[in-house]
Amino acid sequence: MIRRIAIAVAALAFLGLLGFSLLSWRASIPPIERPNPASFSAESVAKGEVLAAEGHCLSCHIRPGGQPFAGGYGVNTPFGIIYGSNITPDPKTGIGAWPLEAFTRAIREGVSRDGSHLFAAFPFNAYTELQDDDVKALYAYLMSRPAVSATVPPMTVPFPLNVRFLQEGWKLLCFKSGRYRPDPAKDAQWNRGAYLAQAVSDCGGCHTPRNALGGEKLRGAYSGTVVDNWIAPPLTEANPSPVPWTQERLFNYLRTGVDPLHGAVAATMTPTIRDALDLPVVPDDDVRAIALYMSDIDRAGTRESSVETATKEALQNSSLGSGQEYDPDANLYASACLSCHYNTGTVPLPARPELALNSALSLPEPTNFIQAVLRGIGNTEGAPGLVMPAYASSFTDAELARLAAYLRRKRTTRPPWTDLERKVSAARRELAALH
Amino acid sequence: MTTFNLNGRTVSVHSPNDAPLLWVIRDELGLTGTKFGCGIGMCGACTVHVEGRATRSCITAVGAVAGSKVTTIEGLDPEGRHPLQTAWIELQVPQCGYCQSGQIMQAATLLKDYPNPTDQDINAVMAGSLCRCMTYLRIRKAIKLAAGRMREGATHG
Repeated sequence: MIRRIAIAVAALAFLGLLGFSLLSWRASIPPIERPNPASFSAESVAKGEVLAAEGHCLSCHIRPGGQPFAGGYGVNTPFGIIYGSNITPDPKTGIGAWPLEAFTRAIREGVSRDGSHLFAAFPFNAYTELQDDDVKALYAYLMSRPAVSATVPPMTVPFPLNVRFLQEGWKLLCFKSGRYRPDPAKDAQWNRGAYLAQAVSDCGGCHTPRNALGGEKLRGAYSGTVVDNWIAPPLTEANPSPVPWTQERLFNYLRTGVDPLHGAVAATMTPTIRDALDLPVVPDDDVRAIALYMSDIDRAGTRESSVETATKEALQNSSLGSGQEYDPDANLYASACLSCHYNTGTVPLPARPELALNSALSLPEPTNFIQAVLRGIGNTEGAPGLVMPAYASSFTDAELARLAAYLRRKRTTRPPWTDLERKVSAARRELAALH
Repeated sequence: MTTFNLNGRTVSVHSPNDAPLLWVIRDELGLTGTKFGCGIGMCGACTVHVEGRATRSCITAVGAVAGSKVTTIEGLDPEGRHPLQTAWIELQVPQCGYCQSGQIMQAATLLKDYPNPTDQDINAVMAGSLCRCMTYLRIRKAIKLAAGRMREGATHG
C-alpha cells in the first residue's frame, strides 16, 4: 500500500515537473543580421531616445565610467547581485542579432531571444504596459547606437534561485502581462503621467515594497521601501515631507534634481534624474504629466495651504543653534552643519538645503539622514554644483546619534527616532562593506 | 586619476579618489594658502570653494569634485584684492592668521547668499569657522565693510 502511494506521489511529482517545464518553455527566436541603422526612421529613433531617457535605461545598462548601454551596473537584490546586460547592437555580446519580435518579447514577457527567462531585476513587469509604437521606437533607437563588445559579470544569485526556467514560477505568482489601460475618468495629461510613471519610468520599481519573492506588493503601491541602504520615500499621502509634493514642486525636483522646499536627489534616485529626466531631450510636458499624476496619488491638492505655513515655520527655526544657548548637541550642529544649511528670508535658497523641510529628517527612520552625513553628497548627485563633505570620520556613533536626535527634536514635530546609536553603527558597517 | 579645475586651470592628480581634497591641493598641487586645522570638518580652516560655495576640503574626497571648479584663497581674486581681502587688511583682522583664509572663503559665500548680512546671518554662517586668537569681532566688522563696498560696487559699477 505504502509502495503504491509512494509511486503515485512520485508520478504526480514527475507529471508536475513535466507540466511546469512545458509551461516555462519558450521558443528560441532565430538570430538575424544586425539591422542597418539607416533602416529606421529618424522620427522613430528620436522617439526612442526620449523613451530610453525617461525609462532611465542607463540606471542599469552602464557601468561606472563605461559605454552607454553596454551594461555592467550591479543591481543589489535580496537574492544577490544581477548585472545590467549589454543592450548595444553588438551581435555577440549585445542584442544586435535580435529581431523586433525578440526585443518585444523580452520587454513585455521577460524572455531572452534564446528562449531563456530573464530575471525580474529587469523591470518587464512595468515595460509589459508599453504601447507597440513605443517598443518599436526603443528598438530603433537602441539598434542605431554604436555596437560595443562588452560582457558583464555573472550574477551572484545562488543555486537554485539562479535557474532560469524556475523564473516561470515567479512569473506565475508575481507577474501579469498586459498593456497600459487609460483611466477614462481622468484627463489626457493624468493618463500620460500614469503611463510614464508605470510603464516607462517604473517609479514603483523602487518606491513600492516587495514581498518575500521580490514581487511588488499589490496593496502598497508607492508606499516606500528601502533600496541600497537608503529609504525610497512613500509617494503616497504617507509621505512625511512638511511641504506637500504638489505638481509644481515635483516638476522642479524631477526636472532639475532639486526643489528648495524639499531637497535634492541622492543615491539610486540620481541616475533617474541626472541621466534621464533632466536631459534636454525629455520634454517638459512629459515631466509635468508625471508630476501631475504623482501629485494626485499623494493628494497634495488637499494640503496646498500647508506649503506656506511649513516654509515659514522652517525659516523661523533655521537659526537655531547659532546663538548663545548652552546645548552641547547644538554645538555639534553649529560646528558641522549650520554654515551651509542656515537660511533666512521668506524662501530657502536652493544652494542651502533647508533641513526642516527635508524628508531625511521627517521619515519614520533616520536611514537617509545617517547615510547623507556619513557618505556626503558628491558632485554627481545632489543639487547641481553642491558638494557635501563626508562626515564619517568627524563623529563618533554616539555624537552622530545625538546630532540626529537634536535635529529631529528641533526641526520636526515627529516622535523621536529610536535606537539611534545602533543604527548609525550599522550604517557605518554597510558603508565600510562597499569599499 | 582625477581631473578638476583649480583656480581657473585644469589639473589632473594621481592621488586616489578617496584622498582628501585638502591634501591634494597642498601636497600634490603645492598651494599652501589653505590650512589643515582639525582634519574632521569642525573648524573651517581648510575651507575652499567648490563651484563657488564654501566647502570643507579636509573631509571632501577629491573624487567627489571630479570635473568641478575648485577655488582656493590664491584664486579668490586674481590680484588678491577681493573686497573681503582689502577689508581684512584695512582692519588688520588677523592675529596669528592661521584660520584666516578659511574665514575669508566662508565669508565670500556668505556675501554671495546674503549681500547685506545681519549679525544673526554672520553668527550662523561663520559659526563653523573657529579662530583661536578670538578675532571674531574684527571678522564681523570686516565682513560688514566688504559687504557695504560690494553693494555700492554693484549699484554704481
